[in-house]
Amino acid sequence: MALDWTPPRPGLGAWAVWRRNLRVWRKLIAPAVVLNFGEPTLYLLGLGFGLGAFIDTMNGMPYLAFLASGIIASSAMTTASFEGTYSVFTRMKVQRTYDAMLATPLALDDILMGEMLWCATKAAFSAAAILAVAGVLGVAGGWQALWALPVAFLIGLCFAGPALVVSAVSGNYDFFNYYFVLAVTPMLILCGVFYPIEGLPAAMQAAIQLLPLTHAVALARPLVAGLPVTDVALHVGVLMVYAVVGLYVALALTRRRLLV
Amino acid sequence: MTAVVRANDLVKCYGGFTAVDGISFDIPPARCIGVLGPNGAGKTTTLRMILGMTPMTAGSLEVFGLPMPAQGRAIRRRIGVVPQVDNLDPDFRVDENLEVHASYFGIDAATVRARLPALLAFANLSERRHAKTDTLSGGMKRRLTIARALINDPELVILDEPTTGLDPQARHVIWSRLMALRARGTTLLLTTHYMEEAERLCDELLIMDHGRMLDRGTPRALIRRHVEPEVIEVRSGDTADFADFAARHGCRLEAQGEGLSCYAEQSAPLLAYLQRHPALAYLHRPAGLEDVFLRLTGRDLRD
Repeated sequence: MALDWTPPRPGLGAWAVWRRNLRVWRKLIAPAVVLNFGEPTLYLLGLGFGLGAFIDTMNGMPYLAFLASGIIASSAMTTASFEGTYSVFTRMKVQRTYDAMLATPLALDDILMGEMLWCATKAAFSAAAILAVAGVLGVAGGWQALWALPVAFLIGLCFAGPALVVSAVSGNYDFFNYYFVLAVTPMLILCGVFYPIEGLPAAMQAAIQLLPLTHAVALARPLVAGLPVTDVALHVGVLMVYAVVGLYVALALTRRRLLV
Repeated sequence: MTAVVRANDLVKCYGGFTAVDGISFDIPPARCIGVLGPNGAGKTTTLRMILGMTPMTAGSLEVFGLPMPAQGRAIRRRIGVVPQVDNLDPDFRVDENLEVHASYFGIDAATVRARLPALLAFANLSERRHAKTDTLSGGMKRRLTIARALINDPELVILDEPTTGLDPQARHVIWSRLMALRARGTTLLLTTHYMEEAERLCDELLIMDHGRMLDRGTPRALIRRHVEPEVIEVRSGDTADFADFAARHGCRLEAQGEGLSCYAEQSAPLLAYLQRHPALAYLHRPAGLEDVFLRLTGRDLRD
């Protein structure tokens, strides 16, 4: 069937979808907090101190600070990606939550926009948890580091886009393995979270400029470390493009899936 | 009175398959209208088009005088929906389900809190308002879905097989709730496979098959129009001689496995024959909607 490429026109209803998700999440706050604080703390303590014992500084900052700033970006990515795939798919297909929503004044535009905002909110929350741990460990470079929160929100919007596209074409949960193994994990390894990308071969450095996590790290790292941020427009622009194009494509594909 | 729904030459195609094949109808206000038809007749597709959840291939549709799909949001604001498959939010309790659904309509929290007690009472769920949704029985879930459909005080309620899978007690409760709604002046549009439900609840019936509208009328008018008033079902025994006898008396006969259904204007001579042949086991009953349904849509299985 032909795709309906009418541009997204979300309204205030998106916030009703966002509030619904927030309301569910509040019921599950305990495991969410354990996940959001526990995992990055383990990474920071284990890798930061373990590897940090061998690496004095990296890019002119202590390795713990380098790692913490990278993990803020990567955690925003994985948080938004999980929410945009497994959780969105559960609501769309398994629980038929979208069917119930579509019988109200909400349009699919509102629903996907609300999901995207929610993915970004969870990404910002995960960043806040890591930032708090980093602050306790004394590696945050001053109050400027709080800018990492809106940046994490933007990173969440960015990765919600492709995740919603994947959900729109997914037949089951197993399908998401492709996305995580072929897209999310490579970015985690390659885009400068654990080491500076300048060490990679030139061709690879050029290639990963196309990947959003590279730009996410480029924004988050200097903000957290207290250093000047460069090329802000470029980095923000790339993240926005993934968000907007992702939402647009996801909407067309989800219309084909649900409005039949 | 202006029609609540007015459909004109409505068509829905999926690739080469035509699910709805150019139907026109209108739904008058404050009535209960039933749509009958075998599986795959196009009932659910028609309901979904009225809601704007299925884009139409051709034709035009007005709901409350507004064009669908252009005014989809405004139209859905005034409709309540009870879907065929339960889609209550399992993450929420009973009252939360109603509150969250209200938020999709932009209804503020104070208004919802004011409406909740009456809605819960209407659905006999006041005692269970803090229960988790997945602990409810099938009948309770259905009642909650109906309460949910009323959260926006709708002028039209669309119900897709509202009592399928429920036990007789639960079904009677649902029926009484729907009758109460209709008495308040709410327009009801429902699909069902239960002829008894259609006959009890509906002022008028639309009979569909293969995406077309076969007929429309009150249950009584449909019965008068399409079938003879009396039916004798001969269930066992050697029916050949009886069939000959009935045919000579101008009856219409339908074979059904071992049995035989005999549709008669006058049953007296047939009953006299059956008295003389006690080996034939039979049932004598007035014709009903099911006879109309089978006459119009045939006896072939639809899977």
